[in-house]
Amino acid sequence: MRAATQLFWFLGSLAVAAGFVAAWQAICALGLVSPIFLPPPDAVWGALVAGFATGDTLANLAATVARVFGGWLLASAVGASVGALIGVSRRARIYIAPSLEFLRPLPVSALVPIFIGILGFSEQMVLTVIAFGALWPVLLGTVHGFSAVEPRLYEVASTLRMSRLAVIGKIALPSALPDILAGMRVGLTVSLILVVVAEILGSREGLGYAILLAQRAYRSADLFAGIALLGLIGYLTALALNRLEARLIHWR
Amino acid sequence: MAQAGPSPLLSSPGNGGTRFDPRGLLLPGVLLAVAELLALLYVPADSFSLAAPHQIAVELGRLLIDGTLLIASLETLGSAIAGLALGGSVGLILGVAFGLSPTLDRLMSLSVEALRPIPPAALIPLSLLVFGFGFSMEIAITAFTCTWPVLVLTRAAIGETEPGLMEVARVLRISFWRRATRIVLPGAVARIFVAFRLAAAISLIVAVTVEVVANPRGLGYGMMIATQSLHPAISFAFLAWIAIVGWAFNLALVQLERWFFNPAGRA
Repeated sequence: MRAATQLFWFLGSLAVAAGFVAAWQAICALGLVSPIFLPPPDAVWGALVAGFATGDTLANLAATVARVFGGWLLASAVGASVGALIGVSRRARIYIAPSLEFLRPLPVSALVPIFIGILGFSEQMVLTVIAFGALWPVLLGTVHGFSAVEPRLYEVASTLRMSRLAVIGKIALPSALPDILAGMRVGLTVSLILVVVAEILGSREGLGYAILLAQRAYRSADLFAGIALLGLIGYLTALALNRLEARLIHWR
Repeated sequence: MAQAGPSPLLSSPGNGGTRFDPRGLLLPGVLLAVAELLALLYVPADSFSLAAPHQIAVELGRLLIDGTLLIASLETLGSAIAGLALGGSVGLILGVAFGLSPTLDRLMSLSVEALRPIPPAALIPLSLLVFGFGFSMEIAITAFTCTWPVLVLTRAAIGETEPGLMEVARVLRISFWRRATRIVLPGAVARIFVAFRLAAAISLIVAVTVEVVANPRGLGYGMMIATQSLHPAISFAFLAWIAIVGWAFNLALVQLERWFFNPAGRA
């Protein structure tokens, strides 16, 4: 019964979305907006299909996705490890947390020109930018998670004479996991933004660079197709992370 | 995006504020000294990509005095706040509507979920195509980005209205409009403010990003042009200033929230 209700609402929202697309098509058919600014949906679909037919889109997609995952995984690993080290030590937090707090609101995209200056228009530059940007949310989330562990659990652990490693593995890490995952989720959003910024500024082949070229040549349908693909990556990665989260912290 | 909260590391609930602890200054001090030393040893004075901290400080002072940074900051903050006002209003209206009507929320869910994950940077070429260079293209992207966190958090805030109050309203046959303005919104207003504070922090990041990538104005552009003309000291000075502006902006927002929603002053 619940599945049937869910299906009903899904079909309902699908119908609404289809209505929006139909309205979009109608607006274009009536010539209300210049097709340079707003290409009709069938043209965007055509551009998407044509792009995949030549293989260009697939190559761009693969390059962009590989950069996002490479940078994000690196950032998550480093962020979670360093965050754990800072988070378990009260003294480390006193000395390091204020600096982290100061840097937290810094827009990482502002660092792209500087990374280009140091690393050039290279693949390492793109990966470094993404990893550096995605590092902060994971690091801060982990520090917060480790410092917010219920103190009584530590008392229990010392009563049970648990080893330091066991305390981290069995108490601190599971307790901090929701915060780490929340940081990784923000990190993924940041990665997707930075991959586009780095590709555009660094002239590296990929979806971000492809939409810039499409804009310069006034190929609006290709531009919209690229934006749709980037949105799809964002949607699917967020969905995958939701599933992972539900599985990892099933006790919640 | 709900992670960009008010200093999760420093202010635990109830301690009233982030008290200044001089020990926090040790790390930046040591890092600056190390950077100065490394620059002295390894970075030539005419380097195209790096600069020593003292050179950066000199440029920062010069750019502050000649007004460059002030004008650029106003341009960037202006776009960020305009985008926040526009996107935040749309997000607020939609969030209230979706929060009050679960039917509307469910029907719109696919459309919202299709637009929300689009990375704002991907909209830069589109916005450039439509608006050309200028404030409009930057404000449009900032507004798009600010819409979603405000929408989602407002919807959640309204969805968590005390059910007992709604029952009372139903028993008393209070009209929909009065229910919205007298019961739902007052209960949700503190959380809606948090939503706006988060969106404000995001708006500044997006505005700088747009300027770095495309728009020839503001702090992001100043930094970009300094890098391209191979003046590393100036671009690092811009970067330091962007960090200071971001930090001050966040601090101001947190203070504003404290001032509005001082727990002691609430009935």
